[in-house]
Amino acid sequence: MDTFFELFTYDFFQKAVLAAVFASISCGIIGSYIVSRRIVFISGGITHASFGGIGLAFLMGFNPLLGAVLFAVAAALGIQFFTNVAEIREDSSIAIWWSLGMALGIIFVFLTPGYTPNLMSYLFGNILTVTNSELWWMFMLNVLIIGFFTLFFRKILYIAFDEEFARTAGLPVQLFNYLTMTLIALTVVLNIRVVGIILILSLLTIPQASANLFTKDFKKLLILSTVFAFIGTLLGLFISYFLDIPSGASIIFTLVLMFGILRLLKSVF
Amino acid sequence: MKALLKIEGLSFGYDKVPVIEDICFEVFDQDFIGVIGPNGGGKTTLLKAILGLIRADKGTITFGEKMQGRKKAIGYLPQVRYIDKKFPITVLDVVLSGSIMVDRKIIAQKTIREKAEALLGEMGLADIRNKAIGELSGGQMQRVFLCRALISDPKLLILDEPDTFVDNRFEGELYEKLKQLNKDMAIILVSHDVGTITSYVKTIACINRHLHYHNSNKITQEQLESYNCPIQIISHGMVPHTVLNIHDHEH
Repeated sequence: MDTFFELFTYDFFQKAVLAAVFASISCGIIGSYIVSRRIVFISGGITHASFGGIGLAFLMGFNPLLGAVLFAVAAALGIQFFTNVAEIREDSSIAIWWSLGMALGIIFVFLTPGYTPNLMSYLFGNILTVTNSELWWMFMLNVLIIGFFTLFFRKILYIAFDEEFARTAGLPVQLFNYLTMTLIALTVVLNIRVVGIILILSLLTIPQASANLFTKDFKKLLILSTVFAFIGTLLGLFISYFLDIPSGASIIFTLVLMFGILRLLKSVF
Repeated sequence: MKALLKIEGLSFGYDKVPVIEDICFEVFDQDFIGVIGPNGGGKTTLLKAILGLIRADKGTITFGEKMQGRKKAIGYLPQVRYIDKKFPITVLDVVLSGSIMVDRKIIAQKTIREKAEALLGEMGLADIRNKAIGELSGGQMQRVFLCRALISDPKLLILDEPDTFVDNRFEGELYEKLKQLNKDMAIILVSHDVGTITSYVKTIACINRHLHYHNSNKITQEQLESYNCPIQIISHGMVPHTVLNIHDHEH
């Protein structure tokens, strides 16, 4: 038990806990939106496309997260553009951006001279190595998301529920779609350090699936998903520490386990 | 302009294939128009043009003085089949969503809320207002969407196939309710169930790329054919022509 409390005195662990809080809030809210709107696949496309930016950053020697943001936003807007303007079927345009980003990433990394030791932490995440500046970015993203969802909650909800009706009511549907897409892209990228590109979809869907067991109200879903995401991330962090296994994978495993238990409890009671 | 809306020479097509062509049509106060026609005949396209969801290739839609602030003046009930039934939203929130263009003004959220609850009460849905939309039956869901269409006090109510997924008992209730509402607003109703709507609507518009306006609710198979509107008149329990033969006027 002593080692348990001792953990919290370590600087790296305090940062990890803070990162868990920030990741839970942004992923809890954005993930609820994604799941409700059934755009999980789009989010997967954005996430994987961001790998291209990370590769480019390695090659050119700038901050990988900046590269990831550029590629993620480009993919988010690109998918919408391909679908709406170029009239490519949505799932196809998602797949195009998804694979293009990954392909570019691999080419860039291959061209980068020397060994790229950090690559694994971008692919699978490592919450224990989060830096101060990354925490600041995550904090600002949280402020942005909470502000946006508080100010425009009803509009976001109505557009998400019935886009056509929202358009007949004169809501700026397209503008909101681009804004939320941008927020999804930012959320994905800034949380890459927590669970990684390949695993980030889990934080956007599993806590929401758990929360959805108990509520069918959008607002409550946002809150409950955040709570479940936080519990899962923190528990996963402890498990990864004590069993000495990778944190990203451990967090996801915990989230799935939590969902399984809650689902079981729900059918029993 | 006396009419609520006036459509002149309206044409629209997807990829150069015309869906509706040269449509001329006026809607007045107290109108109750049943729009019928075969699948792909352009029924929904016409509605979308009126709702401003698509831009016509040719022609104009003009709105009368009573339709000022037209977003608010049109109440719209879409086909429920396109609604995501698993979306996490409560019945009350669905109804409130119909007021989004209203509540930008000074009207307090509380007033809108009370109105939504009153509407739900009228439709006998008061006790399920906090349920998720997916937990409702087809008929209940239809009534919820009717509440959503009505909360902005529209002058024109547009319903796209409100009778699909609705049981027979509720169908009658729905049409009785519409008859009542018709005292305060014009109604355009799209349906494929010609037999049922003819007994409630005042006039009929047949649309199969072109629109034929039939200034009565009595219509015969021969007339439908002459309108180039290939649909079967289905009536409940009786031979169509006997039902429709109650002719109190000359064609």
